[in-house]
Amino acid sequence: MLAFILLAIYLISVLCAPLLGTAEAAGAAVLEGAEEAVRFCLGICGAICLWSAVLELLERGGLAGALAGLLRPVLRRLFPRAAADREILSALTENVSANLLGLGNAATPAGIRAARGMARQSGGQPSDELCRLVVLNTASLQLLPSTIAAVRASAGAASAFDILPAVWFSSLCSVSAGLLATSLLRRLWP
Amino acid sequence: MSALLAMTAPLLIGAVMLWAALQGVDLYEAMLAGAKKGLQLTSEILPALLVLFPALWLLRASGLPGLLGQGLAPLLSALGVPTETGLLMLLRPISGSAALGAAAEIIGRCGPDSLPGRTAAVMLGSSETTFYVVAVYFAAAGVRHSRWAIPAALCADLVCFLSSAWICRLLWG
Repeated sequence: MLAFILLAIYLISVLCAPLLGTAEAAGAAVLEGAEEAVRFCLGICGAICLWSAVLELLERGGLAGALAGLLRPVLRRLFPRAAADREILSALTENVSANLLGLGNAATPAGIRAARGMARQSGGQPSDELCRLVVLNTASLQLLPSTIAAVRASAGAASAFDILPAVWFSSLCSVSAGLLATSLLRRLWP
Repeated sequence: MSALLAMTAPLLIGAVMLWAALQGVDLYEAMLAGAKKGLQLTSEILPALLVLFPALWLLRASGLPGLLGQGLAPLLSALGVPTETGLLMLLRPISGSAALGAAAEIIGRCGPDSLPGRTAAVMLGSSETTFYVVAVYFAAAGVRHSRWAIPAALCADLVCFLSSAWICRLLWG
């Protein structure tokens, strides 16, 4: 998919640039892009490492476990069938709390364990709850979007985290829309 | 209040360190391990961006996005979405690193505190790489049909983009 998009971008740009009179700029652009990629990564590297260090503290301190207690009642409502199984419920809470904390490396394995458990429950069929879990994971739940804050900081933002309220609002809208869509579409897709 | 907001980062880090110390975490060793993971993450991003940035820069220099932007601009501005974010919205569900690259390009070109720069950051921070997540979960669960998962997830993405644009306009427009 991405390979196709890349190829299309190159072919279309090369064809269009002479027609639009931008051949010279286009000729220089490729190398500029490569240079910029290195500069960009160096720029965000420091902030990403610092936030990873802080996240490691949260992970080792067991904040995910503390969050899980708060999440369990909500998850029981969203996934009644899966929550009946102790193992799946613990994978689910681990998945959602790791997502909230931005621990992507921990969230995916836990989510996969939950998805496998659900598939086992439904005999390999895509159950409503499995689809709901996937939709919940495609709508980002992250409380502290540290990568994009690092990008803003390296570009010289006055306050890299001042977008937080907007990110939370938008995440909330998107999760609600995803859950609403699942309960509507469920009826149309047997 | 503004002093507090300006100090978000050190306050947050200090609070987390205090909390972790109370939990009996070995602070220095844990932070070293975390920083190492950060280096690893950056080194995983870099090759993808080295491939993607030249293509994005070439596309931008060709003048085509400007032309397409003029075509799409009426629709996007009628919806209250900055026209600069068009490409980002298209790439977001497909590839995480391509979307990060597109957002970084907008933030660099328009400025991190500009409306398009802020909108791009909020869009990226509040969404996920939809197709990747769907593919990973269904493949891992061994389930072939994803039923309504993709339409529902794309619907959530669309709402995410629109609400990002609107809240940014409300707060910083």
